[in-house]
Amino acid sequence: MSASSSRLNAGGIINRNETLSFKFDGKSYAGHPGDSLASALLANNVKIVGRGFKYHRPRGVMSAGQEEGGAILTVGTGARREPNVKATMQPLYGGLESFGQNAWPSVARDFGRVNDIGSRFLGAGFYYKTFFGIRGGTKDWMLFEKIIRKAAGMGTASREPDPAHYETAHTSCDVLVVGAGPAGIAAATQAAEAGLDVVIAEQDFTLGGDYLSQPDGAHRAVEAVAKIGSLGVSVMLRTQVFGLYDGCVAGLIESVTDQETGMQVRQRMWIVRPRQIIIATGAIERPIAFGNNDRPGIMGSAGLRTYLNRYAIKPGQEAVIATTNDSGYATAADLKASGAQVTLLDARTHGPDAPEGVEVLRGRVPVKGEGWSELQGLQIGKLSESGEVSVEKSIGCDLAAVSGGWSPVVNLTSHRGVKPVWSEEMDCFLPGETKEPIKVCGSAAGLWDEEECRLSGAAAAAEAARDLGVNAPVVERPEPRRTNTPTMALYEVTLPGKKLKSFVDPQHDVTTGDIRLAHQEGFVSVEHMKRYTTLGMATDQGKVGNVIGIALMAAATGAPVSKTGTTTFRPPYSPISIGAIAGRSVKQHFRPNRLTPLDAWNKKHNAVMTQAGLWWRPWYYPITPTESVDDAYEREMKVTRECVGLCDVSSLGKIMVQGPDAGEFLNRLYVNGFGKLAVGKARYGVMLRDDGVVYDDGTTWRLSENDFLMTTTTANAAGVMAKLEEYLQTRWPELKVSVASVSDQWAGIAVAGPKSRDVLEAVTTECDLSNEAFPFMGIREGVIADKKVYLARISFSGERAYEVYVRSGDAEPVADALWGATKPLGGCLYGTEALGAMRVEKGHVAGSELDGRTTLEDLGLGKMASSKKAYIGKALAAREGLHDADRKQLVGIIPTGDGKRLRAGALLMADTEQRGHGEGEITAVTYSVELGHWIGLGLIRGGVERWDGKTAISADPVRDGNTEVRIVSPHFLDPKGERMHG
Amino acid sequence: MIIIPCPFCGDRDHSEFSYGGDATVKYPALDASAEDWYNAVYLRKNPRGAHTEYWHHVGGCRSWLVVERDTLTHEISSAKYAHDGYGDSA
Ligand SMILES: [Zn+2]
Repeated sequence: MSASSSRLNAGGIINRNETLSFKFDGKSYAGHPGDSLASALLANNVKIVGRGFKYHRPRGVMSAGQEEGGAILTVGTGARREPNVKATMQPLYGGLESFGQNAWPSVARDFGRVNDIGSRFLGAGFYYKTFFGIRGGTKDWMLFEKIIRKAAGMGTASREPDPAHYETAHTSCDVLVVGAGPAGIAAATQAAEAGLDVVIAEQDFTLGGDYLSQPDGAHRAVEAVAKIGSLGVSVMLRTQVFGLYDGCVAGLIESVTDQETGMQVRQRMWIVRPRQIIIATGAIERPIAFGNNDRPGIMGSAGLRTYLNRYAIKPGQEAVIATTNDSGYATAADLKASGAQVTLLDARTHGPDAPEGVEVLRGRVPVKGEGWSELQGLQIGKLSESGEVSVEKSIGCDLAAVSGGWSPVVNLTSHRGVKPVWSEEMDCFLPGETKEPIKVCGSAAGLWDEEECRLSGAAAAAEAARDLGVNAPVVERPEPRRTNTPTMALYEVTLPGKKLKSFVDPQHDVTTGDIRLAHQEGFVSVEHMKRYTTLGMATDQGKVGNVIGIALMAAATGAPVSKTGTTTFRPPYSPISIGAIAGRSVKQHFRPNRLTPLDAWNKKHNAVMTQAGLWWRPWYYPITPTESVDDAYEREMKVTRECVGLCDVSSLGKIMVQGPDAGEFLNRLYVNGFGKLAVGKARYGVMLRDDGVVYDDGTTWRLSENDFLMTTTTANAAGVMAKLEEYLQTRWPELKVSVASVSDQWAGIAVAGPKSRDVLEAVTTECDLSNEAFPFMGIREGVIADKKVYLARISFSGERAYEVYVRSGDAEPVADALWGATKPLGGCLYGTEALGAMRVEKGHVAGSELDGRTTLEDLGLGKMASSKKAYIGKALAAREGLHDADRKQLVGIIPTGDGKRLRAGALLMADTEQRGHGEGEITAVTYSVELGHWIGLGLIRGGVERWDGKTAISADPVRDGNTEVRIVSPHFLDPKGERMHG
Repeated sequence: MIIIPCPFCGDRDHSEFSYGGDATVKYPALDASAEDWYNAVYLRKNPRGAHTEYWHHVGGCRSWLVVERDTLTHEISSAKYAHDGYGDSA
């Protein structure tokens, strides 16, 4: 063993034949495969690995597991930088770069340490007290917050997009075993021997759990692992079961690799549906709160044993071990065997025999750690029968290990709403009873003896097998019980009249003093105490400090721990990457892209695309590379109004409504009548919701006596379809109607403008297009480019217009033919921008006016409602409040000044002094080429009747400020509709 | 992570379904009074325990199902088709 290494010459589960180099805070070190980042740092005698969150006190490695409170590092650089990595759970790899947190310039020399000296200002509730009622208000708050954030914070995330790949996988099994320690391995073995399909998940990168912490651990772990492997158990390493959900669905995160390996995923989220769950998550060792118990060099006793046996590391030469239970004895014995000098303090007066060569001081407790950046000694005290502590002496030491008892990991049953139950006898919370197919075994069930853990694992598996109807031997399940030398309930060591800085939650720097302060200030519920002190609110989530915090609160209130209760554990068990949850649903895969049958055709014709909901639609078709959207849509509008334009309208919802009762069905849906619609005709219809508010609109065509084609808005296509199915299946099953969505089966092309008939006449056969034979709102069949088409003479633009519907597969040749006839006439292609602009000119309502709050009358469509029949929404639409003259109603809006533009979203105010939401809002705007100025639609209280010709203020504080506008009729062009009828 | 046993498709994940509200509500005739409609549209019980509700198998067979679900545990005790059949076959 060299001076710079604390690695023992033999032992451990590490591959000494291979060396891995890694960096910490810029300095290079070496470790071996099998090391964790924490063990590699300890082997290199790196004592300070981080700084405290609030007081910036130096921190060392405190444990060997998920509960780590000191060695919380940032790993990786650039876009792959990940903060708050527990070095104890991070397997070492070659080239790993790591950095300490909460310190500047480095954890070894940190300027923020001044916080510790002024620490009385940073007690519980510091943030609340300082920033409530701060004099300068929000502005000062933001300034202070910036400064504090810089000094505090738990590491910093990369601000770059995560370049790593993630994926989601699903599986099911008979039994999911969580945790591969002695109990979990026994359970998996028993379940597999019963012939069950078993998955075992282990968060660590080596299987074995507590086996690995024992002197012969490697051998025993290998044997057990070989056994389950031969039985066909699926083993998932580095896989955390982070949550249990409804139906006992388990969420798992598998860490696949930490390194850049091309397309290989970094992590995989598994959604597992097991029929039975066996929880063998073990227990976490509790610390004892005593003075300076966070000094580098002080760690958990079980963690120290793991470093000795699994990693072959002896982190100190002179050690004191302080315990309240038997487990400290095993650590003392193993440490002694490694050649260190060991003193064992047992808080109890009775305990096991002293291990060979170890001095045991009974009835003694640790009082205060000595030394600053590294431990130099431990002040110890004598515990009287009444619980008073008197200082006895100091023992020089460079290593101290503490065991304050054990806390079963009950998080997963908590996720299922099962409250942990405090056991006075066992001095810990035990998992509560559950009715679900979940069995808890081993130390997670409060068993500390290894043989009992194995038995309980086998018993749980046998029970699970029998519950699944499979034969399995009856194994007696051991119950937690008090031994001859039970754990002593000791959570904190205090000295009368002395103030000690004793940490309960080292991650968030919460001390025993903070908890007492919270109690003094009236926070008596554990949930309130947690939030006020921030105990357990860091990545630790209560694994280490919860029981001590609750016990101190119980002592302060005088209530027993069982009455004080515990905070609720929620998923995830420990932090998981958001990327892993997103899986492959990122960027263009975040949601589906819906493409119209003419998507490629549109792009070939230079369309600039825009997304409307899931649909990609042509926004505009620039004719030069530099033509802007504004220039393009004004041109497209002008050409369409004066000549002819083509527009892809395929995204409209299309639903076939068929059957002998189809007319009756439509009559019930729409506010206007459809039963008597003639074959070969279309009608514009509006449907309401049950509550009388407008839901959707569109034209519906009668193709034959019993066949209707309903069109819906693009946005509501799926919703309308679901509604139709609901009405037919739940309300009116007697109606003989069937509905089928055909939105994707048909492509639609609008041919709009005065020359639209010329275009169609040039390309259509088998259809008389004359105004007499094919009037407005007529539906005809025809042939274009040898393809059968439906022609509908309907107009959204207000011009003479048709819509051509063709089977999706035939869309391109038909579009080619139409464009071939349009182009020579001087016509154009137009996109959604011009489409929307022309509807504003016509005062047609669309999504921004059909906002789920407007009624027929609000939209100026009151006359459509039939008085001869009942329809959905009619009863509630008659409510008085929906006919109030003060309701917001559809109006047109024009600017009063020359050339001023309008802004959609602006509020309409009666005058410049008005505040609040005003009288209404502008819902849609466009520049009108034909009128030569901006126009808009909006909703305003009292509508045209109250406002016609009057001015209002368009208030748009974040963009243009106040603009004067005039309220007019919403029908800007051709109010009588002569153009479209011609 | 509820599993709904669709009578047509078998056990399917709830992500294939959309929730359709209280299935015990009887909607009145279209020409019924505003008060009857008010009761049907707005008044809902909020039970802790068994609840009869609609689920639409929107990502499957498109059937509207009547499902008995415990609002506390999400346990599903039954799922059946919303009505006995179409038209004459009813
Ligand atoms: Zn189904």
